[in-house]
Formats: sequence, structure tokens, C-alpha cells
Amino acid sequence: MPVSADNSRIIYDALKACGVRLMSALPETWLVHLIRMAEEDPEMMLVRLAKEEEGVGISAGAHFAGVKSAMLMQNHGFLASINGIVSFAHLYKIPLLMLISYRGSFGERDPWQTQGGNVTEPALRALRIPYRRLNAPEQAAGRIRQAQTLAESSLQPVALLLTRDLMWEE
Amino acid sequence: MLRMDCLRSVYPELERCLVVTIMGAVAAELQSLGHRPNFFYLQHAMGLASSTGLGLALCLPAQKIIVIDGDGSLLMNLGSLSTMARYRPGNMVHVVFDNESLLSVGGFPTATATGTDLEGVARAAGIPCAVTVRSVEDFRAAVTAAIQRSELTTIIGKVEPRGPSVYITGLGLLENRFQFRGHIASLRK
Repeated sequence: MPVSADNSRIIYDALKACGVRLMSALPETWLVHLIRMAEEDPEMMLVRLAKEEEGVGISAGAHFAGVKSAMLMQNHGFLASINGIVSFAHLYKIPLLMLISYRGSFGERDPWQTQGGNVTEPALRALRIPYRRLNAPEQAAGRIRQAQTLAESSLQPVALLLTRDLMWEE
Repeated sequence: MLRMDCLRSVYPELERCLVVTIMGAVAAELQSLGHRPNFFYLQHAMGLASSTGLGLALCLPAQKIIVIDGDGSLLMNLGSLSTMARYRPGNMVHVVFDNESLLSVGGFPTATATGTDLEGVARAAGIPCAVTVRSVEDFRAAVTAAIQRSELTTIIGKVEPRGPSVYITGLGLLENRFQFRGHIASLRK
């Protein structure tokens, strides 16, 4: 499977360097290496979800407990989390560091992913969630650190879009 | 059985725990008994109280976490039972007040009014201990035992669909949230 193991490692190490100690995740193709790294890391709590919106509650609980967390999800999982984001994270000022695999954009071959790709960025903008795309490995560590810093200082959700250019090798 | 009487019966036990409640009648009634800094009321985001409790329980293994859920909220996030069961934190007690009704919006019947058995759903999801109680004495005994035991427990309390006359309380949402986090920080010192 041509998911980039090297770039997944860069992302994972950047999250660890930010002090992230809990990750919630729902498996998706581009996230397989990241989830495996979390599973194999004794310093990381990995919470495997049934649906991504649960991750908002998990991250809120972690924040109350003083633990930094991150959410790994596909963009369709972000779309499935929107009520939790608005009526918990925004309402109660909860920092969320969301790493969203940006399926359905240029190069997408799976027809079922394509509609989500059309609405991901408009939905992020409508929700006033600060976000950046991660396109290249040399950007990853810096932008992840900046996103985590902003989430903690602003007490709000911040998103990073994991793009095909970063996650897929072929 | 009235939810208010159930809450009153376990109120002293809640002092030693971190408590997360759902919105509506549960939040208003618990506050009417007396707010404490270890109580967090999730006044929206229906379904996520149990997820919040799970996050707390996994991050704070030395603390007892009590989630006070309801049938309407739990039915919106039944998957949470499977996630709780997957990690089965022994320091978490999941109370569900089941009045078979979406009371605060006019009393529309939920699926528990037409046969859905939340104890059965919890057990089938893998929650190691799930019980249904129908009297205040049994409720108090079940909650007290679950707090003392180190096993994830879901307690379904079948209650009448009666609630307070007002749902809005004097406690601001953000005031509650910052106080709750500050309280937990003080426990770590």
C-alpha cells in the first residue's frame, strides 16, 4: 500500500514533540501507519472510536485532565463530527488538534470519496476553524507545532489537512 | 422512581468523584441539590457525556469518574458503549436515567418506550457489568457498589418522565468548564 511510512513518521514524531499523549482515531487508509505507530508506542494512549464525533468528547476529557490530545480522522469523519465541534468544542472552548486526511481532492480514484473533498474546506471556513494544508514533509513538523500552539492558546479546534501529496506515494 | 430522589440518594457519594452530566433535567436537578467544582454539565452535544467521561477515566486512572447520562442522549451515541467496553476503565461508572422520553422538548417517547433495552444493549456491547434498577434503594446500592468496585458498570435507572420547571440555571457554561478543569488541576498537586 503506497501510504507514505516516512511522512507518517514525520507527522507522528511532530505530534509527540508537541506533547501529545492521547490520540483518538478511526481507521482510514491514509492513517494506517499513524495508527500503528500510536498502537506500538507505550507513551501514547490510542482510543479507537466507533464514530469520529466521540473523539470530541474524548479530547475534552483529556483536556480537563491536563493531557494533550490529537484526533486522527478522514474528512468524512470531520463532517460526521460537526455537531460535537460546534456544541461542545466551540461552546465550551475546548482545544482540538484535528489531523484530517483530505480525501476526494485532485488525484482521487475512489468515486465514493469525491463529494467530501468538495466540501471539506468550505465546511472548515463556515465553522471558522483555522486550518492549513500539509503538502510537503518539510512543512509538517513546523505546522503541527504551530497548530497545537494555536489550539491551546485560543482554546478552539484547529485543523491540519493531510493531503495526497504528503500521504500517498506512487 | 424519581430522578431527583435518586440524585439526592447518591449526592454525598459524588463528592469524591468527578461527575459529568448531560443537559436538561439532570443538570438542573443536580445543581438544585448544590453545585460542586467537581461537577461538569455538558449542556449540549447530546451523546458525548459518556465519551467525555471515558477520556477523563483513561487520563486519570486514580480518580473515580461518574457519568450521568439519559436514554435520549445515549441513543444518539450507542457506539460509545462499544468504545467504553473496548477500554473498560475500572474507574468509570455510567449511570443512565431512562425516562423513556425526550422530556425537555415535550415528552416525545424514545425507543426505550417501544422496547429497546439499554441494559441489554450495554451488555451486548461488552460492558462488563450492566444492571437495571427501579427503586431509589436499589439505585443507591448499585451506584455505591459500582464506585467501590473496579469494574466498568452501566446502571440503568428507570425513572418517571418528570423534571424541573426550569432548565436554565445561574451557572455559566464557561464558568463551569474552567472551574472543573481547575479543580482537576488542584487534585494533581
